[in-house]
Amino acid sequence: MKANVFDGWHDKPLNEVLFQCRELLEDADFPTVKRWREAGGKVLGHFQVYFPEEIAHAGGLLPLKMRGAQIEARQAEARFGSYLCSIMKTSLELALSQRVTLDMFVSHPICDAARNLATVWGRNFTYPCQILYLPQNANSAHARQYLYDEYDRLKRSIEAIAGRRITDDDLRASIAVFNENRRLLRRLYAIRRETPWLLPADEAYAAMAVGGMIPREEHNEMLKAIIPQIETRAAKPQDRIRVVFEGGFCEQPPLDLIRTIAQSTYVVDDDLLIGLRWILEDVPVDGAPLLGLATAYLEKSSYSPVQHDLRKPKEAMLLQRMRASGAGAAIITAAKMCEPGLEEQVAYTHSLDEEGIPYFVSEFEESMTSFDHVEIQLETFIENLLFD
Amino acid sequence: MSEVQRTDALIGRGAKEGARLFRDWFQDLSQAGERGEPAAYVFVMGSMSELLRTFDIHTVFPEVNALQTAVRRVAQEYLSQAEDYGYSPDICGYVKADVAMQLRGGEHPMGCIPKPSLAVYTNGCNTYIKWAEIWERMYHIPIFTLDVPGTRIAGGQTWPGNADFENDRRYVERQIRELIPLCEQVSGKKFDIDKLRETMGHANVMSRNFRRALELNRSVPSVFNSLTDGTIYLGVSNCFRGTPEGSAYFEDLVDELEYKVAHGIGTLHEEKYRLILVGVPCYPIFRRFNELFTEWGGSFAISTYLWFAGGGASLGFEYDLGRPLESLAEGVLINVRHAMDAMFSQGEMLTDMIEPYHVDGVVYHAIKSCRTTSTGLADSRRDFMLKWDLPNLYIESDMMDKRVVSEAQLKNRIDAFFEGLATRKQMA
Repeated sequence: MKANVFDGWHDKPLNEVLFQCRELLEDADFPTVKRWREAGGKVLGHFQVYFPEEIAHAGGLLPLKMRGAQIEARQAEARFGSYLCSIMKTSLELALSQRVTLDMFVSHPICDAARNLATVWGRNFTYPCQILYLPQNANSAHARQYLYDEYDRLKRSIEAIAGRRITDDDLRASIAVFNENRRLLRRLYAIRRETPWLLPADEAYAAMAVGGMIPREEHNEMLKAIIPQIETRAAKPQDRIRVVFEGGFCEQPPLDLIRTIAQSTYVVDDDLLIGLRWILEDVPVDGAPLLGLATAYLEKSSYSPVQHDLRKPKEAMLLQRMRASGAGAAIITAAKMCEPGLEEQVAYTHSLDEEGIPYFVSEFEESMTSFDHVEIQLETFIENLLFD
Repeated sequence: MSEVQRTDALIGRGAKEGARLFRDWFQDLSQAGERGEPAAYVFVMGSMSELLRTFDIHTVFPEVNALQTAVRRVAQEYLSQAEDYGYSPDICGYVKADVAMQLRGGEHPMGCIPKPSLAVYTNGCNTYIKWAEIWERMYHIPIFTLDVPGTRIAGGQTWPGNADFENDRRYVERQIRELIPLCEQVSGKKFDIDKLRETMGHANVMSRNFRRALELNRSVPSVFNSLTDGTIYLGVSNCFRGTPEGSAYFEDLVDELEYKVAHGIGTLHEEKYRLILVGVPCYPIFRRFNELFTEWGGSFAISTYLWFAGGGASLGFEYDLGRPLESLAEGVLINVRHAMDAMFSQGEMLTDMIEPYHVDGVVYHAIKSCRTTSTGLADSRRDFMLKWDLPNLYIESDMMDKRVVSEAQLKNRIDAFFEGLATRKQMA
């Protein structure tokens, strides 16, 4: 299906496009998804962190990244216990309040809370809700074959929604679209590493995150239009500390929190919405497409606290991310009540201590609205570094 | 033996024998550490005891160690120590108790827990994986995730012969075959498939009798309390799986329970209400928590805890000893999946229990420490209420941390629940 659902940005100057991205990102009514549906399209909502969106795309569905929202979880609150991260509640609230309407929902066993989500969702909606069991033994020689089988099972489920078969050629075409998207996102992140003064973290985040709520072809078109403008921006470097932001792999910090951090630092890399950038290289468009996707997930991928892979100890990966981006300090955050994030904080901070790398630890919640406290703490942290 | 003597010998034997086995268990672990024998850290959902025992590797259950600190009322010391080390108050209390125990060199109220030589764990609970990563960092030991795919769509389990099931079974079997050389390396012993048949045979006897024990509690009055007695049975089932002691214990237990059924001997003096517990017990006030129900004549005839904390052994799955590795994979897949279903989508299971167990009410107990078992409980209850006109109660506390256990609040809600039950019974 071809439908332009995000078209307010065309022929606009860079700042206006970035403004449009922020507006869309913070619009909890998900207008682009509504437009997609009005044009007759179907929507597959997938919970964080990684989902092989190519398979949904190949079936003609809009893969919608369910990443919570800054809304009050009025109905969802009653469906969960007290001790839970916010993203679980607000993601369900988006559906219960009919801000988004789905045709299928998929969650993943990323954490103990999220493993419950498909069942909870399934009790509340009549459309298919399921768990995609991404392999948790990435080191098994048989994980790749298992994941191929699992993707094939998922493909059959999506075909039932799409009402048609998904061919290998469909998949190859979708992989090509997503390869291009990941290439463009890598370019965006390269700008941040190499010339961070050209692209503050909050702007980069908004430009990236809208990709999870519009057709990826449209996202590609937008990124292709703005990247050259970013690269030629008239901005001068400032004497700011270069930091890596860690802890945004699932629940997302409010845009204003990212902006607050970006006002006093150069955030040269991060793990925000890492699922969109999980695969680090192009997935081959020849050969068996599902096997290619499965291989890429396991062998050419990033890291996060919710994927266990003996080849990728998280603290070593963080240090690698810091080295690769030339960061001198780390901001180690976790969403409130996020067990994997909170557990990883200990490993990260102990490792940074060993390396003598300064870090700033905090927790956030997607619904937080006051940033004064964080701002003061962060500024104190930075001053300590600058005048050390 | 006179009838009186027989009654005295049988009644309470399961509890007494369970306590004895546990003392021996912890003593054995303390000695294993002193002797430098290999120990594998494992978990209740998919412990792989059947396999590990063939290499004479001791199995250590950190969940059991942790809950013991709560029952023995020393958990807070451990939790505080782990929080001082950096762990958040908002993560699993079991993990924190274990971290503190490791920092104390294995010091535990029941003995001295040996350091791990290996960790083997499934994804039955995601925290298992994060937990094992902590040991890997602390001790630089090999850790092995046995990835067991669960049910994809609630109520949509697949079974042997189905192509999707066979894909999952093959994946589990191939991982087990990868685990074997690791066990050989850690233990210095060659894999002996006949020894595996032997441990699997013991597990078969245990599973058969575990299932039978649960069935016997359909009788009125209940012959055991799923909350208190059940926790003892679970402990033996997990720690002694694949051993002659474990299988003998459950055979004896069934004898005891059958005797109680035949003679109408219940667990309470006067059982008024038969309940289902959905969730985990409140260990920081374990005895008192139970009394809050038993004082009203409430007995837990069955619990989801017995299903998931036994790693699904309550299903009664029996291995085919003629094809041990294939069957072990199949059993682990079915059992762990069942355990996960009992946590995530227990609705249908509860429905199947109401009539056979003559259930008067359902108690949902969500706990802060465990998102695995607690995240979906409020919605599960909402759904249950749409389908069943049966009294139910939703309470929150914790399995480890007494800072989030309010006995007064619990009592108020539990009392109100029983008052409602009493009124309902009068009006019936």
